[in-house]
Amino acid sequence: MNLESFLLMRSEIGLLAILLLLIIFEIFSNKKQKAAVIPFAIILLAINTALGFLPLAAGELFGGMFRTNALLYFFKTTLSLGVLILLLQSADWLKEKVVDENKASEFFMLLISSLLGTYFMISAGDFLMFFIGLELATLPVAALVAYDTYKRISAEGAVKYILSSALASGASLFGISLLYATTGTIYFESMAEILASSNLAILGFIFFFSGLAFKISLAPFHFWTADVYEGAPINVASYLSVISKGAAVLILMILLFTVFKVLMPVWNNIIYAVIIATMFIGNLFAIRQQNLKRFLAYSSIAQAGFILLGLMSVDQLGATTIVYFVAVYIFSNLGAFGVVQAVSSFSDKENINDYEGLYRTNPKLSLLMMLALFSLAGIPPLAGFFGKFFLYTAAASKGYYILVFIAVVNATISLYYYLLVVRAMFLRQSDQAIPYFRSPFYMRLGLILAAIGILVAGVYSPLYDYIFSISNTFLN
Amino acid sequence: MDFSYTILIPLIPLALFLILGLFSKKIPASISGWLGSLGLGTSFALSLYTAYHYFMDGKLEGVYQTFIYKQTWLVFTDKLHIDLGVLIDPISVMMMVVVTTISFMVHLYSRGYMHGDDGYTRFFSYLALFSFSMLGLVLATNLFQMYIFWELVGASSFLLIGYYYTKPSAVAAAKKAFIVTRFADLGFLLGILLISYYTGTFDFQDLTSEEGLLIAGWGASASFMGLSVFTWGLILIYMGGVGKSAMLPFHIWLPDAMEGPTPVSALIHAATMVVAGVYLVARLFPAYYFVEDGFALQVVAYVGALSSLVAALIAVTQTDIKRVLAFSTMSQIGYMMLALGVSKYEGHEGLGYMASMFHLFTHAMFKALLFLGAGSVIHAVHSNYMKDMGGLRKYMPITHITFLIASLSIAGFPGFAGFFSKDEILVAAFESNKLIYFSSVFVAGLTAFYMFRLYFNIFWGEDRKYAHTPHESPLSMTIPLIFLAFMSIFAGYIPFSQFVTADLTPFTAHLDLPLAAIASSVGIIGIIIAFIFYKKPNDLPERFANAFGFIYKWIYNKLYFDELYIFVTKKILFGIVAFSASWFDKNVVDGSMIGIGNVTVSVSNKIKGMQSGKLQDYAMSFVGGIVVIAMVVFYIWIN
Repeated sequence: MNLESFLLMRSEIGLLAILLLLIIFEIFSNKKQKAAVIPFAIILLAINTALGFLPLAAGELFGGMFRTNALLYFFKTTLSLGVLILLLQSADWLKEKVVDENKASEFFMLLISSLLGTYFMISAGDFLMFFIGLELATLPVAALVAYDTYKRISAEGAVKYILSSALASGASLFGISLLYATTGTIYFESMAEILASSNLAILGFIFFFSGLAFKISLAPFHFWTADVYEGAPINVASYLSVISKGAAVLILMILLFTVFKVLMPVWNNIIYAVIIATMFIGNLFAIRQQNLKRFLAYSSIAQAGFILLGLMSVDQLGATTIVYFVAVYIFSNLGAFGVVQAVSSFSDKENINDYEGLYRTNPKLSLLMMLALFSLAGIPPLAGFFGKFFLYTAAASKGYYILVFIAVVNATISLYYYLLVVRAMFLRQSDQAIPYFRSPFYMRLGLILAAIGILVAGVYSPLYDYIFSISNTFLN
Repeated sequence: MDFSYTILIPLIPLALFLILGLFSKKIPASISGWLGSLGLGTSFALSLYTAYHYFMDGKLEGVYQTFIYKQTWLVFTDKLHIDLGVLIDPISVMMMVVVTTISFMVHLYSRGYMHGDDGYTRFFSYLALFSFSMLGLVLATNLFQMYIFWELVGASSFLLIGYYYTKPSAVAAAKKAFIVTRFADLGFLLGILLISYYTGTFDFQDLTSEEGLLIAGWGASASFMGLSVFTWGLILIYMGGVGKSAMLPFHIWLPDAMEGPTPVSALIHAATMVVAGVYLVARLFPAYYFVEDGFALQVVAYVGALSSLVAALIAVTQTDIKRVLAFSTMSQIGYMMLALGVSKYEGHEGLGYMASMFHLFTHAMFKALLFLGAGSVIHAVHSNYMKDMGGLRKYMPITHITFLIASLSIAGFPGFAGFFSKDEILVAAFESNKLIYFSSVFVAGLTAFYMFRLYFNIFWGEDRKYAHTPHESPLSMTIPLIFLAFMSIFAGYIPFSQFVTADLTPFTAHLDLPLAAIASSVGIIGIIIAFIFYKKPNDLPERFANAFGFIYKWIYNKLYFDELYIFVTKKILFGIVAFSASWFDKNVVDGSMIGIGNVTVSVSNKIKGMQSGKLQDYAMSFVGGIVVIAMVVFYIWIN
């Protein structure tokens, strides 16, 4: 292995370098300079994201433990872009933290560690690497959830998250051990060849699946979601719903389509049932929510159900639709969470009825919120419409018409609650409407980037074509 | 040769729209008017350059070439995809010049006309949106792109007609225009779907090439009620054109649309949007001509001729000057349609096609001038009605002279632009269909009559009791008038047959002297009758109207078309069809939907206890989930 092949890990090395630079900065900066960490970290991550647009060869490292290809690389860049937007949206909130509690660089370090874990998780070539990545992705987030230490609800959320994820990791690890027991290997490639449909393998798969289902918050492994989102700072909730979930979906898809392909008759049915349960539970709970963070938590559960529709089509089409929808979903959710963050940091208001009359006072924020929610609801010609449409196509192409029908019914239900928010902003009038305010620079930049993402992903068809062209890189 | 820069011509108005629309509150009125005019001026200059460039160098072995720059936007199948792009050929270049010229003039003019209006910047942003949409329509490379911009044009004209949104009649007119044209567009869409389904393409290139599936394959295609499906498709597409171009029977929106600001009428109801239907047929002309031996083209010809006649008759009786102009527009567009309808394809036989485009060009100039002149008059006397006008020539000399030039031009007075283009149309009609020819000559006489009725009533006769002395409009309004007056005379001397022809090969057209003499003498007779009737106040018109009694009343009320529509929609559609449909909707559809909604809410209520907030319960359900899944898998699915 020569030095050059290390460059296959360029994105990971980049993140690691950022981490180290942040530590150095933290050590050598005096109290007055602490606030500079915010632009510093953002610029570093922006550079790393920009580098992600340079092409990278496919290949393996460490005897197959780490692998990369065009799809993974594209996905990492998307995630990095998402985190960049997230950081922009958090910058001003962090500024206050620097002043009040003298902590900001921790936030970046934890977040970037988690992103690094995510990268390793999706780039894993065996279950060991996968598990390390998963843990590295999860643990820093638990600390982030408790970032508002003085808030009881925040601490509660963190405890719930860490305990639930410990359970999930345990279950997942148990599943892996069962799979190892049947095949004698932990490498994806060799396991794909050896694995046969035995009861032990199926049981192993179910345990393993529950761990990822936890991260994606699929029913019935979703209960932590709402409590944790509500307790966590908004940007951390946004991270959980966007980055964490997106990466878990991708690795789940890769594993199902390759390693567990032989078990398809089994997991097909499981996914079928999980999709229905997840969509209904997400939607039925979302209808009742008043708090926007909880609302978005349930909406993201329901969206996860939609994403899994693409799994029903085990081929290039399914893979493309999933990746495309996740990309779209990332931008839409970042837009929605971004607005919530902007409003909350100005007024501390997080409930739907606080948004009444928002259009009159803050038309641009309301328009972005509408754009994001309409995209999540799948209203043409926004990105979300095409995303959902392609997912339906993928599932229908394999003959799952009933499932598609149920999904359409759920899309209708979701339309109702998304419109509730839009109605509050545009049609309702209120004496206590949140007054006009101008978001700070970073926030505006973050919101604008999210809006551009929603619009571009919706109308710029070469994006879909590009994903289609790279989405078979892992299917052989 | 590279024409890819032409994409800028529509993009500049789009940028203007975005800037003016997004920052409408921040940009002061003094800047937005100039900004709009400057942007459109740039587009105007670019299109002139394009025209020069294209008509000088665009030929290869004597045939005009077509240049296409496009990008795939949506892919349905390998063959069927939607592209966005620009198509440069003689008619698109010509239309581009028309649209940007008129739009530029209207921008300049509106700076004066809309001065002091509250929504000044908003107005300019709508104008820019409209110009963008219209240019996109003109430059479309395929049917679907055209349809997209066609609808955008409809939407932006809705905004412009309803610009005075506090005025109920303006809002009603905007709605009416939108609904009627939208209804017609239903046909357009169906036609597009029908044709693209059978040919597998939206592209104009493929649809109009003689080897393409459409033209080569219509004989072998399926037929419906004795006509090929392609003919049906073309007729349905034409229905969209009928709606936009205000031909019978979808013309009812045009007179009401005069509620919009007058510059808007000049832009969209005289020169650009209303000729979109003509442009559509011209764009697909080879298809209309070759499929089913031109059956659809016959439809075009007769609808055009009939609309032209009916509109001219109604125009004679109207008293609102803008409505006279509206019906006159409808009548002139009928001319263009019938010219296309009687045209053939090759060489000199394609005279009708050339004449139609020629008339489109000259008509745009003098009709825009008439509208802007009317706007100038309305601006001065604050009324739309002839009874409130008279003797204005003394107060408004520039408006008076330019209006006279435009009237002479539209009446086909020898030497003026309208004379040349109308003459070509009449020659084309004479060569192919005598019935249409005679009707057109009669219309020519009527046109001269009603235009001079208007002219004498406004500028001659006695002074009325004006609230304040009328005065000439400001320079910003009169300069466009003078420019357009210049064009209304000299546009006729452009050798159009050298540039725009059906088969893209230039030919030389000659003035047909006997036919020209007949047409102009009919026109002059019309002017003389108007002179006798209206030059000095007398009771001749009244006696005449009384003599014709109910016929006059029938025509005055626009043949009761509106009433007919109201009867059909209100009594039959709303009363019978909609009533039963709404019962079904309320009790069956809504009932089941409300049922679903209620069930959703009550289920949501019942399961809210599941989210207890206790971590133990969550862990329980986690493990329980695994166990249940495993049990189901092992005991049900596997066995």
